Amino acid sequence: MGFLDRLREGLSRTKQEIVSRFDEIVERADAETGRSKPIDVDTVEALEELLISADVGVAATERIVGAVRARAHRGESLRDLVKAELLAIFRAVDTPSQNGHVPQVTLIVGVNGTGKTTTVGKLANLLKASGKKPLVCAADTFRAAAVEQLAIWADRADVDIVRAKDGSDPAAVVFDAIQSGRARGRDPILVDTAGRLHNRANLMSELDKIRRVAGRAAAGAPHEVLLVLDATVGQNGLTQAREFTSVAGVTGIVLTKLDGTAKGGIAVAIAHDLKLPIRYVGVGEGIDDLIPFSADDYVDALFQQKW
Amino acid sequence: MFESLSTRVQDVFKSLRGEVRLTPEHVETALREIRLALLEADVNFKVVKAFIDRVRDRSLDQEVLKSLSPGQQVIKIVRDELLALFGDAEGGLQKSAPTPRVVLLLGLQGSGKTTTAGKLGKWLTRQGKHPLMVSTDVRRPAAIEQLSVLGTQAEIPVFAPETMDPVARARGAVAEAKAKGFDTVIVDSAGRLHIDDELMGELQAIKDAVQPSDLLYVADAMTGQDAIKSAGEFNRRIGVTGVVLTKLDGDARGGAALSVVSVVGVPIAFIGSGERLEDLELFHPDRIVSRMLGMGDVLSLIEKAEQAIDKDEAEELEEKLRKNEFTLDDFRTQLRTIKRMGPLESVLGMIPGLGNLKELAQNKPDEKQLGRVEAIISSMTAAERRNDKIINGSRRKRIASGSGTTVEEVNRLLKQFTEMRRMLQMIGQGGMPGLGKGMKLPQMQRASGAASGKKRKKGGPWGLIKAR
Repeated sequence: MGFLDRLREGLSRTKQEIVSRFDEIVERADAETGRSKPIDVDTVEALEELLISADVGVAATERIVGAVRARAHRGESLRDLVKAELLAIFRAVDTPSQNGHVPQVTLIVGVNGTGKTTTVGKLANLLKASGKKPLVCAADTFRAAAVEQLAIWADRADVDIVRAKDGSDPAAVVFDAIQSGRARGRDPILVDTAGRLHNRANLMSELDKIRRVAGRAAAGAPHEVLLVLDATVGQNGLTQAREFTSVAGVTGIVLTKLDGTAKGGIAVAIAHDLKLPIRYVGVGEGIDDLIPFSADDYVDALFQQKW
Repeated sequence: MFESLSTRVQDVFKSLRGEVRLTPEHVETALREIRLALLEADVNFKVVKAFIDRVRDRSLDQEVLKSLSPGQQVIKIVRDELLALFGDAEGGLQKSAPTPRVVLLLGLQGSGKTTTAGKLGKWLTRQGKHPLMVSTDVRRPAAIEQLSVLGTQAEIPVFAPETMDPVARARGAVAEAKAKGFDTVIVDSAGRLHIDDELMGELQAIKDAVQPSDLLYVADAMTGQDAIKSAGEFNRRIGVTGVVLTKLDGDARGGAALSVVSVVGVPIAFIGSGERLEDLELFHPDRIVSRMLGMGDVLSLIEKAEQAIDKDEAEELEEKLRKNEFTLDDFRTQLRTIKRMGPLESVLGMIPGLGNLKELAQNKPDEKQLGRVEAIISSMTAAERRNDKIINGSRRKRIASGSGTTVEEVNRLLKQFTEMRRMLQMIGQGGMPGLGKGMKLPQMQRASGAASGKKRKKGGPWGLIKAR
């Protein structure tokens, strides 16, 4: 089942579907009468509304709208122009994730409540299904029962877990996990870290320490750092991405909770401004509900106005 | 990263310096900046639209256009309207409730319900209450255990029955509370999507079973445009009596709060402001408003000026400026007004453009200096104060000895006064002065002029958008 099918399935729970003003206008503009005319004010406004309501943000919206406006007179379909513009942003950052390291160490980071632990569980399951032997590391020693939560996921995905001893330092757990993974022939190693707000200097320096210690346990580690973003996040998502990138060297985004009505459009601004690709998207609570990101499907989904 | 709203609006009006009269078009430019700032703060765009219309109506008031500092006037209107939107309703729980009071926490996944349950328990304990907590989250792995751990940390009993039926767990907790004499039951629920019929049905069943007096919708302060949909739907299907805004210790502007309040029409009850169990506070609208606008001190200044300045006095001054009749008497009145506003240093710090602390440290305003200036003026005769041109050499000597200063100081003051009057005259004629050496006093003048505008009309809370 593809990305769009899953997304559609997730969305099918809602009985209400309201065709957006944008769709109406796009259809009108795409109809033969509107085709070769420059975009009128109404259309631009509707376009802005669509992007802003998807949390793309004012700056990115202005850029996209500006680009579309500049080309509109050529008689192309407005819908296609906007999609092309969005796709171009994602394509520009679509670099393959780093591979070839054994064991590959992936840190999962983000602010509180975005779904890091759930993502680690689902990702372990996805990687195992692709024939790998992942090991998960529970380095969230702060939140009550976070380790237990990951242990349950590890059990569901049938993968090994290295857990923190009580009161231990998260960086030490990561070190143990990498050693243990190497000894047991596990690869990749997925590290669940505690949620932390990016403006808390002490917590961010803890992340920096985890990173340094991981590098000591395995050359070049962490090889991938995934920032988990809640699709409902607003403009603060860009600040989060910027801060986590500067401290932890984020290499990609996981966009979770896309089965709701939020679109996570800030990822567009992140892709453009910080050149960070979206790697995976979370579309439900089940263990299979994490899938690799597809720019085409995502852009399609942006235009499928639900509600 | 975000340019604060107040700076933006100030800049708009600054660029208009030299324009003889402000026009509705200028206001429109400022409104555009306000719109952008609100959108960047994640206020829902529909809410922004309605809000801007409201601010436009008030800003086009002639009093605002004609005032000496239209920028600050417009900002004040924005702030008043934001506060009106949040309303006077106090935060906290419902005033009355049957015993035991049942509080149900609900919301999307990851908004912070379980953490809030622990914090709320702690808060209730501080109020002298005896809460019992129960988790009905049988879906998220280890959610029940998380609440147990929080209960241990907060020293609050947690009801943990065998059954994995959410409704039965909630009902059991209420029965337990009745039997054992707990006065409050905090029911934590599983995070769920507002479009998930099955789980929304489950929530309804829990509500029906325990009849909570408080239904607290837990919302992440970092939420974007979607806040309006989820909160609205939870309210429509289940009902919400208050909002708990979490993760406010981050640097998000928290505009979602405004969206939620205007859509759901209920007050924000609590805010979560840190990782410790103690970090739950009652909500204060003014704080979030200042945060959204990034402008705390400008507002305090306007408030202070409003308190210190007599409206008629200000109008009289404007009239004098227009007629070029500004005298040393008026100067002294102005000095006294400024002194009434509080320590000079803090007042200057509030003035936009002077807020830069580094500059202030280098050029520290001297409170004593103000007193000496006042003494010099007070040592003049009434005739001298009315007409400074008659102050010749021997009069200066008398004034200096009368005020315990030197002739040099008297000379300096008179020179500054002449310069200042020239600049004020320009303001009085509608132009804006170039800010050169003598910027301090004209700046103060503008600040006090800010308050000369009309008092805010009483605007009740107004519904923006009732449904989605």
